[in-house]
Amino acid sequence: MADKYNAFLSEAEIAGEGDGILKGIRVAVKDNISTKDIETTCASKILKGYIPPYDAHAVTLLKQAGAVIAGKTNMDEFGMGSTTENSAFGPALNPRDTTRVTGGSSGGSAAAVAGGLVPMALGSDTGGSIRCPAAWCGIVGLKPSYGRVSRFGLIAYANSFEQIGPMANNVTDTAKLFSVIAGHDIRDSTSVNKPYDFAGLKADIAGKTIGIPQEYFGEGVDEAVAETVRNAIAKLEELGAKTVDVSLPSMKYALAAYYVTCTCEASSNLDRFDGVRYGEIAPDTNMPWHDAYTKVRTAGFGDEVRRRIILGTFALSAGYYGKYYVKARYARQQIARDFAKALTECDLLAGPTMPNVAPKLGELTKDPLQMYQADILTVPANIAGIPAISVPCGTAHNMPVGLQLMGRMYDEEAVLNAALAFEEAC
Amino acid sequence: MITEEDVIQIAGLADLSVPQGELTAFTGSFNAILEYFDILDTLEIEGSLERKLFNVFREDEVTESLSQEDALKNSHNPEEGYIRAPKVV
Repeated sequence: MADKYNAFLSEAEIAGEGDGILKGIRVAVKDNISTKDIETTCASKILKGYIPPYDAHAVTLLKQAGAVIAGKTNMDEFGMGSTTENSAFGPALNPRDTTRVTGGSSGGSAAAVAGGLVPMALGSDTGGSIRCPAAWCGIVGLKPSYGRVSRFGLIAYANSFEQIGPMANNVTDTAKLFSVIAGHDIRDSTSVNKPYDFAGLKADIAGKTIGIPQEYFGEGVDEAVAETVRNAIAKLEELGAKTVDVSLPSMKYALAAYYVTCTCEASSNLDRFDGVRYGEIAPDTNMPWHDAYTKVRTAGFGDEVRRRIILGTFALSAGYYGKYYVKARYARQQIARDFAKALTECDLLAGPTMPNVAPKLGELTKDPLQMYQADILTVPANIAGIPAISVPCGTAHNMPVGLQLMGRMYDEEAVLNAALAFEEAC
Repeated sequence: MITEEDVIQIAGLADLSVPQGELTAFTGSFNAILEYFDILDTLEIEGSLERKLFNVFREDEVTESLSQEDALKNSHNPEEGYIRAPKVV
């Protein structure tokens, strides 16, 4: 099928040998998830030509379930971006309006699903990278609880936040894909033994208490988007859910805490890319060590990746570590406590996934801080480690809007069941 | 306020450089982001950080791992099972 959306960086047709619930189903895989014998670049020039010698655990599980690996999808370089315009191989285009971005960083996966190229895809979500493009392209995307899906073979950007997760056209397919990839893996020390049983999926929202955080409808949230989401919440009430207002006072620190921490982690994680063991650009072995690596890394990394590595290096440096990284750790703890408290009073939290609809190509790339602020409603779930789904709930400005449902740690069951109930009622 | 010279120095610590023509714009956005991070200075810090420590090490037993051939497959000009790297001194 022709890829009109620049959704794929490489196409493949590798059939898994297993005979499970994904038998014969074509699944696209984000290009930061290692696939044996299929080029894996993280949409970066520095990894062009890299052929992993092993599969990520999630890919092994896909193959065991009988899936056909349909190729590797476009993304913001190393997952750093919210539009997929930071790809070294050109932006993915939104199938709903090809003059607009897909969202990011799993934009290629979202475009491949929304454009009908594959029924399912794997993405990864560090600060909203599954839910953002799911919302902006009008599909379903789930960020699992931290630890529920193995990160073995996921090329790390900010490893204390990120999770591999499923994206699909509907909640049932999302849950089916999740059931295949969830579970314990000894090769990821943060992995937990909590598989997901697809047979347990059922539309279930009646009697649930849903918290509506006022911060999710605050400054910066487009009024038409907020209105569409309020209508969706009214639909949840019609289905028998009880809604209550909740407050997450420390959410005002979320974006700063997230960007301090993720840039610090990026500065460490991306230190390994020097062209010696993999990557197209080889270091000049006649040059001194630092000069040779500086040449490779400056040529290989794009602007945003360089910006985040330099920011993280600065924030971790002597004299600034306490001002930035340590305070971000405290903020993170406080935010997690706020969410845990709200989720003792409520079964779920609901709000918009994104503050706006998909912008036009080029609209967000001029100012990096403006790009970061697009993540304001998605990063809190990564900070708290909790599961969060984006499910289509209508349109605003003729573009899709996502309803975000967040649940208790490891309670993807409640999140998926509520999302299914909502989807069936629409 | 971070200066252009600071940016050059910090980038150097990460084995990166910022092209001269981009330095002014880069420094400007760098400072704007740091200014946004200043909101963390208003956080009231109470108590200490929770650190849940537990051992994730497995038993020290030989398990399956990459072959030398696979490990070297993506490197440039490996020689006799070794990776070729720039000189250290």
